[in-house]
Amino acid sequence: MAYKIISSQCTACSACEPECPNVAIREQDGTFVINEKKCSECIGHFDDPQCVAVCPVENTCVIDTQYPRYLDLAAA
Amino acid sequence: MQNQAQSNSVSVQEIKPLDKVLQQIAEHKGCGTSSGGAKASCGSSSGQGDMAPEVWEKVKNHPCYSEEAHHHYARMHVAVAPACNIQCNYCNRKYDCANESRPGVVSEKLTPEQASRKVLAVASTIPQMTVLGIAGPGDPLANPAKTFKTFELIYKAAPDIKLCLSTNGLALPDHIEAIKSFNVDHVTITINMVDPEVGQHIYPWIFWNHKRITGIEASRILTERQMQGLEMLTEAGILCKVNSVMIPGINDHHLVEVNRAVKSRGAFLHNIMPLISAPEHGTVFGLSGQRGPSAQELKALQDSCEGEMNMMRHCRQCRADAVGLLGEDRSSEFSTEKVMEMDIQYDAEGRAAYQEKVEQERLATAAAKEAELANLVEEFSDLKILVAVATKGHGRINEHFGHAQEFQIYELSTEGSKFVGHRRVDLYCQGGYGEEDTLPTVIRAINDCVAVFVAKIGGCPKDELRAAGIDPVDKYAHEFIEQSAVRYFKEYLGKVKSGEVVHLARGDADLRQGAYIAA
Ligand code: SF4
Ligand code: SF4
Repeated sequence: MAYKIISSQCTACSACEPECPNVAIREQDGTFVINEKKCSECIGHFDDPQCVAVCPVENTCVIDTQYPRYLDLAAA
Repeated sequence: MQNQAQSNSVSVQEIKPLDKVLQQIAEHKGCGTSSGGAKASCGSSSGQGDMAPEVWEKVKNHPCYSEEAHHHYARMHVAVAPACNIQCNYCNRKYDCANESRPGVVSEKLTPEQASRKVLAVASTIPQMTVLGIAGPGDPLANPAKTFKTFELIYKAAPDIKLCLSTNGLALPDHIEAIKSFNVDHVTITINMVDPEVGQHIYPWIFWNHKRITGIEASRILTERQMQGLEMLTEAGILCKVNSVMIPGINDHHLVEVNRAVKSRGAFLHNIMPLISAPEHGTVFGLSGQRGPSAQELKALQDSCEGEMNMMRHCRQCRADAVGLLGEDRSSEFSTEKVMEMDIQYDAEGRAAYQEKVEQERLATAAAKEAELANLVEEFSDLKILVAVATKGHGRINEHFGHAQEFQIYELSTEGSKFVGHRRVDLYCQGGYGEEDTLPTVIRAINDCVAVFVAKIGGCPKDELRAAGIDPVDKYAHEFIEQSAVRYFKEYLGKVKSGEVVHLARGDADLRQGAYIAA
């Protein structure tokens, strides 16, 4: 139920931080990280995950497969 | 002369609202015709030119906007807001923005508090520092909270420092009120197109209304917002400059149209900069092999726009933001650590006194040039030549050839001297030793020049320059640049007439590709 940031790709530009509707993103050790407990994949807020849409480096904000998709949870 | 006529037509008593003034500048076509030999050169490149007094008052000490002031004042940049809301093909976000900052050198990211402390520390040490800019990396208005907090802190502590802001314009219409409230009087918008068909090849996407928008639609929204923002600034009486990146084959011809569009909306200066593109930058253009323009191509485009409005030619793509004046980069003195420990005494009076002195110096430079120009009145010739100048600032020829990191280029004709640009070069001489391979690079960079004026030069480079057809001139060491240039031109004309020199058209020159790396 969450996105994650591939830290080796992150330029720490901070663009994603203010866009997250759940305030799930913060700076940590020079890159940005997503708190998977807070991330709702933007469902209910926006059509697209905001961090993905704004991030200038492709494939940096990606779905974290460790967690079940938010939608699946909602359906369950 | 022109200056006279202009200042008479707008009398001091009837101060017009700025939007009228801006409109007037916008409508003013070019520089008129020359009346006698001593025509003032166009726009910002030589004093007041055709600017209204109110506007001139605002820009005369601005090292970014007034070429003359550029010799005497400095600005600095702070990076507080690296986020961006659009993607440009000439930018790689792993580096600083290629447009407004130095590619390859990642700026230190500061909090608004750190940034304002740094600015005050620098301003207290370097009284020439009169302008603070927030620009790249990123778009300051994609991070409005940090940007305006920084402005607020500086505005409160040091109201004499001019604040300026560079933006891609996407968010601009939303922030006009804030820009006004902190007395930001200079805004630069980067506008590379007014036609989405052209824009789609420059901007792959924008982030807008919580969506990533791609293709033509992205550029359509962007250009709409840019034009709206520009109009709102003009209406609010805030000076607005437009930057454009010249991308051969993509927007080079189109920029003439951009020039017209921004002029009619009240932009007071248009600065066309060359694309800087190399594969190692990792940008889309760098990787696709998109080249930047040559010196001649850039100048031809600038010339073709010049009849329309004030052009700015001294932009060194933010070399001016080095802490300190031309060439002397002092940023290491002002690291965040050092600044946080410093005991800062902001000396507004001392700064004012110093700036008064600079003013005197500037008047002297201008007077020397005028006096020399009088000697040219008798001369009539179509000849135009370019000369390169090694300078550390103060309007004088005061740099050693081997120490020059850049050359200033002046165009000389019977109408006088006109500043037409900068050429960055690799350090030819490091630690006093000339390096064999860099000399050809320097020669290529100034290959379109007839002469190079220096304070000093060694025997070997002298010979090589001569072999390349460039006259190394050190007899004007420490003299005023423009005065010397005019004198040189008069001599040159004399020699051509007597047959002592044969005037040959010079070739094109390289614009330095790649990052300027601060020492
Ligand atoms: S997907 Fe949405 S909720 Fe999750 S971190 Fe990104 S912006 Fe925040
Ligand atoms: S937008 Fe992308 S690059 Fe920028 S901080 Fe967020 S994850 Fe990192």
